[in-house]
Amino acid sequence: MSIPNIHVIRNFKKYKYLLSQLVIKEIKLKYRRSYLGIVWTLIEPLLTMIVLTMVFSAFLGKDGEAGGMPFPVYILAGRLLYSFFSGATKGAMKSIRVNAAMIKKVYVPKYMYPLASILSNFIIFAISLIVLFGVAAVMRVKPNLWMFAAIIPIIELLIICIGSGLLLSIMAVFFRDLEYLWGVALMLIMYTCAIFYEADRLYARGYGWLLNVNPIYGVIRNFRGCISGTGLHMPSLWYCLAFGLVSTIVGVIFFYKKQDDFILNL
Amino acid sequence: MANNVAVKVDNVGMKFNLSSNKVDNLKEYFIRFIKRDIMYKEFWALKNVSFTINKGDRVAIIGYNGAGKSTILKVIAGVLKPTEGSAKTYGKIVPLLELGAGFDPQYTGAENIYLYGAILGYKKEFIDSKFDKIVKFSELGDFINVPVKNYSSGMKARLGFSIASVVEPEILILDEVLSVGDASFRKKSLRRVKKMMNQGVTVLFVSHSVAQIRKVCNKAILLDHGQLKFYGELEEGIAKYEALAKDRELAKAAKENETAKTAVDDKKGENA
Repeated sequence: MSIPNIHVIRNFKKYKYLLSQLVIKEIKLKYRRSYLGIVWTLIEPLLTMIVLTMVFSAFLGKDGEAGGMPFPVYILAGRLLYSFFSGATKGAMKSIRVNAAMIKKVYVPKYMYPLASILSNFIIFAISLIVLFGVAAVMRVKPNLWMFAAIIPIIELLIICIGSGLLLSIMAVFFRDLEYLWGVALMLIMYTCAIFYEADRLYARGYGWLLNVNPIYGVIRNFRGCISGTGLHMPSLWYCLAFGLVSTIVGVIFFYKKQDDFILNL
Repeated sequence: MANNVAVKVDNVGMKFNLSSNKVDNLKEYFIRFIKRDIMYKEFWALKNVSFTINKGDRVAIIGYNGAGKSTILKVIAGVLKPTEGSAKTYGKIVPLLELGAGFDPQYTGAENIYLYGAILGYKKEFIDSKFDKIVKFSELGDFINVPVKNYSSGMKARLGFSIASVVEPEILILDEVLSVGDASFRKKSLRRVKKMMNQGVTVLFVSHSVAQIRKVCNKAILLDHGQLKFYGELEEGIAKYEALAKDRELAKAAKENETAKTAVDDKKGENA
C-alpha cells in the first residue's frame, strides 16, 4: 500500500498548479462578461436574503427573531451554507462531462476536475461570508467568542462536499440522468435544512428526525449556534463529521476503483 | 541499455465493451438488469502488442482505419489503461492529439497557454519562461488576448502545436497534426519537428500520408485489426503496408466480382 500512496502524493504535487488553474478558471469564467463581476458573489445572496425575508416574514408573521438572531441573519446563514453545498455538488457532478474532451486526450489525475469545482465554489462561498458579517453588524448581532468556532461547521461542510462530490461525479459518468435526480434530491435537502423557518416547529410536530438525518441541517444548526452564541450542538457536530469522513472515504475508494473505466463511458 | 528506452509496450491488450445499445441512464439499466439483458459485445482494439522504442527513434504508426493506431497512442499517453499488459514511458511525454481540442473556448489564447501547460503537468515558472516563445511561434500576435472561441481552426491548431513543441517534450505524440494550418505554417512545424528530432526527441507519428512519414520517421509499426504486423525499418514497413493495401483491394475486388456474378446468375435464373 505504501508505494501507491507515495505515488499519489508525488502526482498531486506535480499537478498542484493545474488544480489552482482549474479553480481560477471556474471563478474567472463565472463572472466574465458581467459588469459587476465578482461583486455578484456579494449582491446575489443579499438580494435573495431580502426577498426571502419579505416573503416569509409576511407569510409567517415573523418580524423579530429566529434562533436567537434577527431573521435576515438567520436566513442568510442558512442559505449561504446550503447554496455552497448545492453549487459544489452540482459542479462536481458536471465536471467530468464538461472536461471529457480533455480527459480523453491527456493524462491528468481525474479527481482534479471535481475537486477544482468544489474548491472554486468554496472560495466563492468564503467571499460571500462578508455579506453575512456586514448584515450581522448592521442588525446589531452581539459579537461573541463562539463566532470563532464557526470555522468548525464550515470545515465539516467542506469535507461533506468533497465526499459527496466525488461520489456523485463518478456515478454521473455511468448514469447521466443522475444529474436531474440530484436536482430533485437537492430540493428535498433544501426544505429539510430549516433555511427560512424555525426548526423548533418541526421538532414540536414530531418531524425532527427529518432535520436530524440531514447533515447539511446539522452544519447549519451549528453555524447558527456559533453566530448567536448558544454554542455547538455536539451530537450534530459528531454526526456531520462522521458523515463527511465516511462519504469521503467511500468516495475516494469508489473513484479510485472506477477511474480507469469511466473514460470508456464518456 | 535500459536508459536508452523511451517507450516499452509489453503485451498490451485493450478490450472495449460495445454494449449493443449504450446504457447510460438509470431507468434503462434497471429494466435491463431485471430482464438480465445487459449484453456486451467484446471487442479487442489491441491484442498482444509488444514493442520497445529507443530514445531518438521516430516511429510511424501505420494501418487502416480501426487498426488500433489511436488506441495504442492513448495507451502510451496514459489516457487509456490497457486491459492486459502494460505500457511504460521514460521521459516527459506530450501528446498532440486533435490539436486545440482541450482549449477552453471562453479563455483567451494567453490564458489557455497556462491552462494547457498545467494540464501537461508543468509549473507556472516554466510556462512563464516559455510564454513569449510560444506566442511568437504561433504567429498569433494580438489575437493572443482574444477568447479562443473567436479563433479559426487553423489558429487553434497553431497555438496547440506551439505549446506542445516549445515545452521541450522528450516524447512527442503526433496524431495527424502536421496536416493543419496553411502551407507555410505546415512547413514551419515540420521544420520544428525535425529540429526536435535532431535534439533527440522520440516521436510517435500517425499519418496516412506516406510522403510525410518519409520526411519524419525512421521506423514503422504496422497495425492491422489490433495486431502488430510489423515493427522495423521504415521502408520495409511502408512496403508491407502497401502490400496489405493491395491484398485488401484484391479481396474487395474479388468480393465485388463475386456478388456481381451471383447477381448476374440470379438474373439468368429468373430469365430461364
